[in-house]
Amino acid sequence: MENKNKDFVTIRLANQLCGIPILDVHDVLSEQSITAVPLAPPAVSGVLNLRGRIVTAINLRKRLGLPEQEAGGENMSIVVEYQGEPYSLLIDSVGDVLSFPEDSFENNPVTLDSCWQEVSNGIFRLKGELLVILDVEKLLNFETGQSAAA
Amino acid sequence: MDDLLNEFLTETNESIDVVDVEMVTLEQDPTNKPVLDNIFRLVHTIKGTCGFLGLPRLEAVAHAGENVLGKYRDGELVVTSDSVTLILAAIDRIKEILAGLEETQEEPQGDDTAIINQLNEVAYGKPIETAAAAEATDIIEMPEITPQSSGNLPGQVSLEELEAAFAAAPGPDDEDEATPEEDKVSLLTRIGGADAVKVIIHLFHNRILSDISVKNLMEGVNTRESKVKIGDFFVACLSGKSESGPGISAAFESFISHGMTKKQSETIRKLLGSVLEEVDLSPLDVEAVLGEYDDFAVAILDEANKKIKEQTKKTDKDAATAGAKTGDKSLANQSIRVSVQVLEDLMTMVSELVLTRNQLMQLLRHSDNSEFSIPLQRLSQCTTELQEGVMKTRMQPVGNAWAKLPRIIRDLQLELNKKIDLQMIGADTELDRQVLEMIKDPLTHMVRNSADHGIEMPADRLAAGKKETGVVRLNAFHEGGHIVIEITDDGAGLPVEKLKAKALKNGLATEEELNEMTDNQIQRFIFHPGFSTAEKVTAVSGRGVGMDVVRTNIEKIGGTVDLKSVEGKGTSFSIKIPLTLAIVSALIVKCREDRFAIPQISVLELVRTSADSEHTIEHINDTPVLRLRDRLLPLVRLDEILGMSDPDEEAEKGATVRQEDYIVIVQVGSFTFGIVVDQVFDTEEIVVKPVAPILRNLPTFAGNTILGDGKVIMILDPNGIASQISDSTSDSSGFASEEDEHLTVEDGREAILLFRAGNENRRAVPLSLVARLEEIDVTTIETSDGKPVVQYRGQLMPLVTLDNTYKMMEEGRQPILVFIDGDKSMGIIVDEIIDILEDEINIELSSTIDGQIGTSVINGHATDMIDVAYYIEKTHGKLGSSSTSGHTGSGSRPHVLLIDDSKFFLSMIKPILSAAGYKNTAVDSAAAALALREKGHDYDIIISDIEMPDMDGFSFAQEVRDGGIWQKTPMIALSSHHTQKDIARGHEVGFDDYVVKLDRDALMTTIMQQVGKKQNAA
Repeated sequence: MENKNKDFVTIRLANQLCGIPILDVHDVLSEQSITAVPLAPPAVSGVLNLRGRIVTAINLRKRLGLPEQEAGGENMSIVVEYQGEPYSLLIDSVGDVLSFPEDSFENNPVTLDSCWQEVSNGIFRLKGELLVILDVEKLLNFETGQSAAA
Repeated sequence: MDDLLNEFLTETNESIDVVDVEMVTLEQDPTNKPVLDNIFRLVHTIKGTCGFLGLPRLEAVAHAGENVLGKYRDGELVVTSDSVTLILAAIDRIKEILAGLEETQEEPQGDDTAIINQLNEVAYGKPIETAAAAEATDIIEMPEITPQSSGNLPGQVSLEELEAAFAAAPGPDDEDEATPEEDKVSLLTRIGGADAVKVIIHLFHNRILSDISVKNLMEGVNTRESKVKIGDFFVACLSGKSESGPGISAAFESFISHGMTKKQSETIRKLLGSVLEEVDLSPLDVEAVLGEYDDFAVAILDEANKKIKEQTKKTDKDAATAGAKTGDKSLANQSIRVSVQVLEDLMTMVSELVLTRNQLMQLLRHSDNSEFSIPLQRLSQCTTELQEGVMKTRMQPVGNAWAKLPRIIRDLQLELNKKIDLQMIGADTELDRQVLEMIKDPLTHMVRNSADHGIEMPADRLAAGKKETGVVRLNAFHEGGHIVIEITDDGAGLPVEKLKAKALKNGLATEEELNEMTDNQIQRFIFHPGFSTAEKVTAVSGRGVGMDVVRTNIEKIGGTVDLKSVEGKGTSFSIKIPLTLAIVSALIVKCREDRFAIPQISVLELVRTSADSEHTIEHINDTPVLRLRDRLLPLVRLDEILGMSDPDEEAEKGATVRQEDYIVIVQVGSFTFGIVVDQVFDTEEIVVKPVAPILRNLPTFAGNTILGDGKVIMILDPNGIASQISDSTSDSSGFASEEDEHLTVEDGREAILLFRAGNENRRAVPLSLVARLEEIDVTTIETSDGKPVVQYRGQLMPLVTLDNTYKMMEEGRQPILVFIDGDKSMGIIVDEIIDILEDEINIELSSTIDGQIGTSVINGHATDMIDVAYYIEKTHGKLGSSSTSGHTGSGSRPHVLLIDDSKFFLSMIKPILSAAGYKNTAVDSAAAALALREKGHDYDIIISDIEMPDMDGFSFAQEVRDGGIWQKTPMIALSSHHTQKDIARGHEVGFDDYVVKLDRDALMTTIMQQVGKKQNAA
């Protein structure tokens, strides 16, 4: 049974709890200095230097159509890799690593916003809260993402 | 086996490449022995290795090729274009087989008999010398004899040899003929005559060559020649007339030069004996011949001894050179093969190291007296050296990319029947491997283009007064961190008219746009996709994929390509590429709060502008421009292109002009523009890293990098920015028209010098006329001929006052305006210089006073315009009187359009025209003039220079006469050429008159006549 368990890093985005498969996460970073890239798509907040690698920072709030974070809030990011390129996903905060049995997750409710539908693989019911599983591949596949956002 | 094969492939490919080039060299210089030897050696090595590796197809082809080369080497075949083509074909075949081998590890299937037969035909089928009896026994004609006969034991004769001998040996009938003049039966006759001697000598040579102890005597000797010589000697000797044949030293030259020893002499005697016995001579005759041999052998030995003594003297020297040679060899052996991947990895690591070093150095700068400072300095230095070292491993001479070109040009010459001389300069200029790989194909393409489209057929060239042989020149050199490769041909150049038609047809530009473009802009159309000028598609080029691919490829590696072409004279392409892609030097600039890097390759210069400095940013309809040394550069604000400016803020800024700006002047192709930035930092070596895929479609950026302080910054791509700007103005030609517009604006406004002299009136002259403003000490003013003069710069300069009542100052310093016209100078005495400002000179009241053009409102005050020409004339009296008595007073002043590319000339002639009462507009090119026509400006007379860049006066006149509102306007040609031919041509294209430049009187008279004519006609 334990083999069937899946581990997720939980993150918080505008009070919504989300989970990212732990094996996709390369790094968890505290606030970094980010160089803005003019003319870039709105979801790209810039580029940053992570131990000599240039990482593209994605603002997950913008990516998911959430309101901008209020000034002074905490800013963390997790680094994932997509097609060989490192990306840093800007989030509000990082929580615990949780483990769930694979069969306990449920499909997205059909009424969920299409923007979320697209990047989410399903939902776990926690005590008093729901956890949305985010799919890194889908999050960073901007070709479809852009069209949906438009 | 695999390793072995790989090694073989690399080596053979290299050798083949060399052979390719060397063959072409050989064709041009057939007597070049070292080149031939080199080719022969390489082909031989290939053949040998093939045999060893068991590659029969390759071996067979190489062998056949080698045969022909061997013939060249022995001087039996003359190097001809046809046979070289054949050998090159063989080489191509070898390349094909090698390619197949590389793919499948096996020799591909195929039939090479055709090419081998052709080669053999060249090698054996067409002997150069007429077939003689001796030929039948010639060892080289039947090469298969050699190994066999040498394999035989002495005393045994192979069947072929015997047959050959019999065929050559005289029959009973011949015998009488052979000795008709002999009184008594000489030894020669007894042997069987001269022919028999030949057989003997042939066999004798074979024996010598197969005997190890004496073989060295024949080393490096042309066997056939030696046979003839020794044969003749024997014939002469045996017939008892030794003086008639060649001397001993000539016949046995090689024996002597190789220092034959007594022992060797004895061996040779034995060999000769056995040969004589073989041909069935009676023992008596054998003894007799050997006796003869003994006689001359003594002489040979003597000579040989002398030679040896001489040689020992030389030995020391030889040893020294030999030592040097082996030194070279060991040096060559010091290189090893390293896989490219290893070098690439090394380079990446070094790049990372450089970045880390930069970061450390940055940290160090912030901390005083750190204990790390010394070791860090050391680390920094080592890193730099390491970087240089690793870069060096990647550097290759650009000649490597050129290696194929001589062959291509050669084939083209044959195919197109053209004569082309390919010159390659700077082949040893080094650049990065990666870059080299990427420019190889574009370069080949461009050279092919130059040869195919550029160079004309020999007959056409002769007709055009050029040398029959066209020149395609490649020139590579370093220029400030870049490498520039120029491909120049002296061919037909790019036909502007044809390009125009094509551009129109392809819908790349409208006719109006085309008319406003310079020739260069039109020629640049060839970089557009699907644009080939060749009328017919040859096998070589002209398929419509061409220069656009070249440009894309070159721009991909951050390079630029530019072209200059003069129709009928030739075309020159110039490619500018970075030395290396990985690490580039870039200028760091700041815009708002962010820093950006601009690759140094595109930066021409930096200009600082501020309100009080020489340069200021000016605006035409809110478009910022910069005037820089006679050029008007369009400017872009970096914050605007990057979408960082905020309209509200912008408006605010408009009110308070920014104190200071930095402008980075960049060049993309032939398009130069300025980027306005807030601040400029230093240049830094940066490692270009590609941006994430999501950002890749931003044309503004070429990549990003990490700076010394650890910050990531974006690298701007000037190419992208340029294309963005031209997008926004619909077409790059937009700039041209803008510039034209500005010119006409400028021509109304002029810088004016305001001064006061004599009375309280404000007076003015165009500033462009004033050479200098001076203050002279009144005591230095002298009088000559009743007029005041002053010594100025070693000359006497007359001084004039604006009216006769004017009194000069009694003491102190007198301000004067100095006018210089050629070698004549003049000073106008003034009281005070009021101001210099820019305004339109619009004469509202023309004056009747001499020396005054009229009155104009300048800066809100009535101002007298001074006629400088009048005063120059007054002091020097050489300008004739007609110039001032032109059209004054009449209400409608004739409007003159002046076209001349020389700004100086324009500013000189303008005041004269003004002075003569003409309204004038001056432009500096025919294109600008035509632009005025399109706008509907009308003039009373057009004066045009003949020699102008882009469009000359003749074409301009034709253009004008072809139609439009100026069709009937009188035109005067101005030129420094005034041969009958030129004048006739001028009339032919539509000029009404032709005036020699600098002849003002004639010009004024002509203008008056022409204007008069027009007015009369009207």
